[in-house]
Amino acid sequence: MDKQAKAALVDPLFNNNPIALQVLGICSALAVTTKMETALVMSAALTIVLILSNVSVSLIRNYIPSSIRIIVQLTIIASLVIVADQVLKAYVYDVAKQLSVFVGLIITNCIVMGRAEAYAMANGPKLSAWDGLGNGLGYSVVLIVVAFFRELLGSGKLLGVTLLSPVTEGGWYQPNGLMVMSPSAFFLIGLGIWALRSWKTDQIEEEE
Amino acid sequence: MVDKTKTGYIVGFAAAVCGVFGAVVSIAAVQLKPQQVENKVLDQQKQVLSVANLLPEGGGDKAAIKQLFDSNIKAEVIELHSGKPVDGVDVATFDQQKAKKDPASSAPAPTNNAKIQRLPKQAKVFQVMKDGKVDAIVLPIEGYGLWSTLYGFLALEADGTTIKGITYYEHGETPGLGGEVDNPLWKAKWPGRKAFDDQGKVAIAVAKGDFSDKAAHPYKVDALSGATITSNGVTNMLQFWLGEHGFGPYLAEYKKGHK
Repeated sequence: MDKQAKAALVDPLFNNNPIALQVLGICSALAVTTKMETALVMSAALTIVLILSNVSVSLIRNYIPSSIRIIVQLTIIASLVIVADQVLKAYVYDVAKQLSVFVGLIITNCIVMGRAEAYAMANGPKLSAWDGLGNGLGYSVVLIVVAFFRELLGSGKLLGVTLLSPVTEGGWYQPNGLMVMSPSAFFLIGLGIWALRSWKTDQIEEEE
Repeated sequence: MVDKTKTGYIVGFAAAVCGVFGAVVSIAAVQLKPQQVENKVLDQQKQVLSVANLLPEGGGDKAAIKQLFDSNIKAEVIELHSGKPVDGVDVATFDQQKAKKDPASSAPAPTNNAKIQRLPKQAKVFQVMKDGKVDAIVLPIEGYGLWSTLYGFLALEADGTTIKGITYYEHGETPGLGGEVDNPLWKAKWPGRKAFDDQGKVAIAVAKGDFSDKAAHPYKVDALSGATITSNGVTNMLQFWLGEHGFGPYLAEYKKGHK
């Protein structure tokens, strides 16, 4: 793997994370992170859609008339998302039911559009695929970390396995109700961004 | 290189993109349809088995669920108004939610507390069979809680009065509060209660208090703490679905035939 491809893959993980630095794709990060299972499936779906949309856009980038490029990108993304939704409904029905509209909402996820417009329109299919994978994983890392804390502290479970037995089922752990509500994802992402920027100080924005 | 700003090129390009991706979407949708329908049917069968207490621990695999369902459960499409079974309807594919949305097979619901807007003319009920006799009846229920419509099933014993179980398979209530309708400990408070009083009126209600003595409080179930509105929603939907506009006529018919 050459240097450029490696950068496209690794950079979005921590140096240029789509959620933590670019602050994109927040809405699904709130909605699907109450459980690890939904977060994992959502991450996989978004990553695959992102890779495929990047490759597709990149392949025809030299032929797309610039006056309709956004709508062409959207058509491609929307088609891929519908296919992903259909596949999930056919093979992981239970999870698809919980994700409900949020798979469809990948269409409006700014990460996918953003990468198509900013990267795939200017780079070859191979590099775009790495970029898609990198950004998909960058999104996934944040989702999975948030879901880890929300599921563990909110319901005492991980991937559906009870670790902290909650009082409502006769155990000792008083589940943190805030963790299962959407605002907790904001707090966790906020804390995450704080931690990340303390580590990589060049991400701190200059004061205006 | 062609001129990419020409109108003809732009229209042609747009048409080509639509054609290619339209085909991709259509192929995926058509190819995956049978699998999706199967999943949906299986999911419903699982819910029915679960409320009738027949689902093994852990759920079991597809074949096991299908086998359990086929050998124990008789599904039936009935007319809500008369409570009588309907002939000429394919029971396996009958979809009550679809029927509810189709103006031809539904009607506006009478004023009710469960905030049900439309009522299908026909409904799908399930009878749990044991040694050739009805062992339990499973009825679909739905109604509004705090944030969302709750969809579930209520199972009654063979007498048509004693509750065997309740389950919700879809709702959007607050996790930890109203969402506790899924809690096995709360669901365990239901079996053995009576849905109707001696006069045949719907009596079951969710209320505040300690009703752990089932003999002393046959018509009451302790409410979910912190979720008054969801709890009231459960009461309202049971009142509705067991009442005259819901499955009242069906249960009356059933009791006539099983005296």
